[in-house]
Amino acid sequence: MNVHAIRAIYHFEMARTFRTLMQSIASPVLSTALYFVVFGAAIGARMGRVDGVGYGAFIVPGLIMLSILSESVSNASFGIYLPKWSGTIFELLSAPVSYVEALIGYVGAAATKSVMLGVLILVTARVCVPYHIAHPAWMALFLILTAVTFSLFGFIIGLWAESFEQLQIVPLMIITPLTFLGGAFYSISMLPPLWQKITLFNPVVYLISGFRWSFFGVADVNVVTSAAATFGFLALCIAVVSWIFKTGYKLKS
Amino acid sequence: MPETNALPAVTVRGLYKTYASGLTALKNIELTINRGEIFALLGPNGAGKTTLINIICGIVTASAGSIEANGHDIVRDYRAARTIIGLVPQELHTDAFESVWATVTFSRGLFGKAPNVALCEKILRDLSLWDRKDTKIMTLSGGMKRRVMIAKALAHEPEILFLDEPTAGVDVELRREMWQLVRGLRERGVTIILTTHYIEEAEEMADRIGVINHGELIVVEDKVRLMRKLGKRQLTLQLQSPLAQLPPGLADYPLELSQDGHALVFHFDAHSRETGIPGLLRRLSELGLEIKDLHSQESSLEDIFVGLVRARP
Repeated sequence: MNVHAIRAIYHFEMARTFRTLMQSIASPVLSTALYFVVFGAAIGARMGRVDGVGYGAFIVPGLIMLSILSESVSNASFGIYLPKWSGTIFELLSAPVSYVEALIGYVGAAATKSVMLGVLILVTARVCVPYHIAHPAWMALFLILTAVTFSLFGFIIGLWAESFEQLQIVPLMIITPLTFLGGAFYSISMLPPLWQKITLFNPVVYLISGFRWSFFGVADVNVVTSAAATFGFLALCIAVVSWIFKTGYKLKS
Repeated sequence: MPETNALPAVTVRGLYKTYASGLTALKNIELTINRGEIFALLGPNGAGKTTLINIICGIVTASAGSIEANGHDIVRDYRAARTIIGLVPQELHTDAFESVWATVTFSRGLFGKAPNVALCEKILRDLSLWDRKDTKIMTLSGGMKRRVMIAKALAHEPEILFLDEPTAGVDVELRREMWQLVRGLRERGVTIILTTHYIEEAEEMADRIGVINHGELIVVEDKVRLMRKLGKRQLTLQLQSPLAQLPPGLADYPLELSQDGHALVFHFDAHSRETGIPGLLRRLSELGLEIKDLHSQESSLEDIFVGLVRARP
């Protein structure tokens, strides 16, 4: 195991995060805080309780997921796309680094950043609305698992993308709509029966549901199903990444 | 001094590369690079120099053939092989926002070496980069970026260093400095493989020369021997009075008359016992041709190179 390489990549990526602190941490925190002000404080006061939870608190897990998903994807995809775009990827390709090591470095750094962001939003939310976490260990598990899975997903996108436009398109056109429609702001039980069925094809539903369960003990789908779905998506991403590295797809000619 | 019985630094066997586009970049390359030598790879643009280097360094996948670096197969035993290889690519690919120090220490870690502040400092000092160590790379000049690329490649103390067009777009002073650096590395036992457009660079630096054209290695030869074997000498004789045409009495000599008729150019083999010069001079005086001046010159590596590449379309 080339531990020095993992450390070098991880350190390099984290340095990039702190160098762009405003963009990587401050702006997601600010936009989430705005959601709380609008949906939690202003509109939430006029909303009834959802699943026995005040609306302001109800949206906390969904909002954290919204940030984690989009930030994981964009961080990790940018982290690997940038060297591809600037050409510095040659160094990674010529280094004695296995794909597992490169993944641990890049995805580990992106996931760390997402978890940091999640915790920051959690703290910010506490300032706006009262809530308590029923199952903190599960909460941490879902948080970390989701951050890792979607960082991995972002890494794949970063490898696949050939332009900055393609890089943006997945978070913008897929992740954000799926999250909004995945119950970030509502319970699935609030939907008409047909949509309740259709929405189960949205993988983000399982993430948000499981995460919300860890807060309030109520869920749209069984927590075990949620965890299984998350692990399943993780396994799928790992499989795709292994294939990419084995074949050198879009990396080597 | 490098061990004499040691394995070659690089062995390339039966290497082919055909890109997905159908372009065949390399055809049956067989090449052995000796430990501790400076090997110059010459060839016109698109000949396959960079493809060859990129395959050895692991950036491009070979279509067929095998490569060993210090006896380590570059695919099966890639860790061992890549750890001892350093590459300075042709393009200035740098992390714009990083500092010089950060990018050099990053390279060392990436190649699996524990941090070594003293060594990285020495490398930066040797390359006159020390006072710029905290500068963001994007603010550096092209020549400085080139130095940064070299520093990155040296950070993990490679035994084999590839320099792909190291002095392209570099001013004369920096080029001299680089030559000095390369010689210094060779003295420490580092094997150096460089590609260059400047034939004078190969002439100045290399121990051996390989010429690659249309993906084929057409010549691999000791530099001195190559220049002796393929090099020609010529003697130019300035005439007192111009000639309209070559006199019949000189027909059995390989002579050319210059355009204006003022000079005779004689080609000869400098290394054979009989150059034919005394006989020619005698014949000229017999014919009553007076010579004002004469000088002889040796063909440069450039002439040889152009000759080789032209000969095989």
